[in-house]
Amino acid sequence: MPSHLALDADAILADPGVRIVVCCGAGGVGKTTTAAACALRAAEEHGRRTVVLTIDPARRLAQSLGLTELDNQPRLVKTDGDGGGELHAMMLDMKRTFDEVVEAHTDPQRAQEIFANPFYQAMSATFSGTQEYMAMEKLGQLRATGHAGLEWDLIVVDTPPSRSALDFLDAPARLARFLDGRMLRLLLAPARAGGRSMFQFMTASFGMFSKAVQRVLGAQLLRDLSGFVEALDSMFGGFRQRAERTYQVLQDEQTAFLLVAAPEADAIREARYFAKRLVEERMPLSGLVLNRVHHTAVPDLPAADSQAAADRIAAAHPEAAAALRVHATLVQQVVREQRMSARFTRAFPAVPYLEVPAQPTDVHDLDGLRAIGAALRPAPAPA
Amino acid sequence: MQTTSGPVHPGWPARLHVVTGKGGTGKTTVAAALALALAAGGHRTLLVEVEGRQGIAQLFGTDPLPYQERRIAETGDGGQVLALAVDPEQALLEYLDRFYKLGAAGRVLRRLGAIDFATTIAPGMRDVLLTGKIKEATTRTEAGRRVYRAVVLDAPPAGRIGRFLNVTAETARLAKVGPIKTQSEGVAALLRSPMTQVHLVTLLEEMPVQETVDTLAELGELRLPIGRIIVNAAQPPLLAAGPTRSALRAGLAAAGLPAGREVVAGLHAEAREHLAREQRQARLREELAELGHPIVELPLLAGGADRAGLGTLAAALG
Ligand SMILES: Nc1ncnc2c1ncn2[C@@H]1O[C@H](COP(=O)(O)OP(=O)(O)OP(=O)(O)O)[C@@H](O)[C@H]1O
Ligand SMILES: Nc1ncnc2c1ncn2[C@@H]1O[C@H](COP(=O)(O)OP(=O)(O)O)[C@@H](O)[C@H]1O
Ligand SMILES: [Mg+2]
Ligand SMILES: [Mg+2]
Repeated sequence: MPSHLALDADAILADPGVRIVVCCGAGGVGKTTTAAACALRAAEEHGRRTVVLTIDPARRLAQSLGLTELDNQPRLVKTDGDGGGELHAMMLDMKRTFDEVVEAHTDPQRAQEIFANPFYQAMSATFSGTQEYMAMEKLGQLRATGHAGLEWDLIVVDTPPSRSALDFLDAPARLARFLDGRMLRLLLAPARAGGRSMFQFMTASFGMFSKAVQRVLGAQLLRDLSGFVEALDSMFGGFRQRAERTYQVLQDEQTAFLLVAAPEADAIREARYFAKRLVEERMPLSGLVLNRVHHTAVPDLPAADSQAAADRIAAAHPEAAAALRVHATLVQQVVREQRMSARFTRAFPAVPYLEVPAQPTDVHDLDGLRAIGAALRPAPAPA
Repeated sequence: MQTTSGPVHPGWPARLHVVTGKGGTGKTTVAAALALALAAGGHRTLLVEVEGRQGIAQLFGTDPLPYQERRIAETGDGGQVLALAVDPEQALLEYLDRFYKLGAAGRVLRRLGAIDFATTIAPGMRDVLLTGKIKEATTRTEAGRRVYRAVVLDAPPAGRIGRFLNVTAETARLAKVGPIKTQSEGVAALLRSPMTQVHLVTLLEEMPVQETVDTLAELGELRLPIGRIIVNAAQPPLLAAGPTRSALRAGLAAAGLPAGREVVAGLHAEAREHLAREQRQARLREELAELGHPIVELPLLAGGADRAGLGTLAAALG
């Protein structure tokens, strides 16, 4: 789509002023792949000390990045290029990150108590939003600590495979609100928290509610819960503040958001929601990476003509007829994909855009990532 | 016309069909098609979703579904599909109301976010409420007869299905006694009985197939009954072998199309790439077959999954 603003993702990766690249989008569109490809390119082609934080990478991709164990630490990846760049890769371990946060803020004995609390166990593994929060937390850590005494030139962040791309922005605040414990305290001590005068009715129903919950869940659960809340309360200077701080980092001009989508109805719909939100919140949206786009080598032969020709010669030239059918199917797909991507470009004419071709096979080695990386530069204008 | 619950469909001998698979493989579409297939012949089925995404309403192009069973489609022969979006908050309120008569207080709590809170503090508890509602619909009778011939659940994706269905384990950790525990035991009994089958939707692509393999292993360990593997959006093979350039040139000439070098080379490359894909897909088919579960293939719908397309898929299932 030459009429639309071209996104030069490669220039972003080369820009020393860009310190964080966030790859976001709906699940399955290629966020992890794009994040890894970006980081590899920044290291090999632009000589930057880069770390990529991947989340749930496909097993074979993880292996080719040398991520065989989940130890929550960046590992140096053996790459080409002699421009002084380095690629480090890591896989987020959500539970471990949560444990680290706890350990960093309390004494060992208290930490053990918290780890043993069944409520902590359930929540650190399953609470929706924990993964998003911990991704943010890890990003904050990577930024603060750097590597071998130096700051990272570039941190590339993959985002969790949530059903909605927006979860990445919303979940941390949700989790933080929860951990802040206001609601928990209200639930555990309704009479105190509500105050007498102001919210009579509210407190009354709350008392009833908490009684109901006690009856349903049993007092044991509430005891565990209140133990958990107390422990958290004593050690955190506000989860909410932490979440807010990372949110600000995301709004920083040193951050670049790459919105990844595939030319499919659902992915494009999610991309539109996300783009709207990023624009509203003044997040630095650099552009859309439309991944897995198909191309035809014979653009001048339309699907219908190819199909009709195949039917005409089917008996005498079965091989050629089959090839024409393959071409017809491919062109139909190309046309469908163009219609899909137009849904985005029409809605966001000001958001730059870039196509990454569908590779013939899944991408799970460094060469595959290099091929994607090479596509991050806009194609030269057609002659 | 009499809509009946009837005996089970001989090819789908369960009352509760749980449809899962990797994200985006077509769970919602396949669940809807299965609900239609099981309604054919004048039966009533219920299509349920639990994740608050309104995937069913989107698929059928209707307004968002309320927390109420609504007719969403009919088969030509008097069968009907009802749909329900189970909302954990509403399920909790309904549940509490049955025991504790919350009334207006419930609404206030909702506004305060307390319900949302209570259903998220313990994900296991949320899942028990959701599966509890599904159990109720699956086993519901009126005047001594089943209300639904079958209930089809558009379930959470493969990565979360084990936890979702393994309700007792999740709640046992949090609630050691009380009605929630009793409820979860009832649900677990249904899920592990022949009344239930879990079906896995996959595409002939590497990651969905890998996830199918992993999920089957997990479900097996949890002793959950496995139904079929449903290969979605399958395409019939077009090529037996890659055509030679000269065969292409001759064919193009015979069809009266331009047969220049570029066209021939382009078609040749497209065919080769396509052939490689078909060969990979054949390997994946074999890998799935080795798992030893019945497989059913559904065609790729050229026009997308509209009502007619769903009919095509339903016919392929039934
Ligand atoms: N057999 C088919 N032929 C063509 N398109 C299909 C087919 N099955 C599904 N689709 C399309 O694929 C897309 C994904 O399908 P669907 O929403 O059913 O998947 P899902 O597994 O429910 O996704 P999610 O994990 O997001 O819930 C939809 O656009 C749907 O119309
Ligand atoms: N351009 C591409 N061409 C071919 N396959 C791709 C491409 N981009 C991603 N893939 C494949 O798609 C699958 C999903 O990609 P992944 O990066 O894990 O998605 P996400 O992180 O968004 O869930 C992987 O198997 C990956 O190899
Ligand atoms: Mg990913
Ligand atoms: Mg769905």
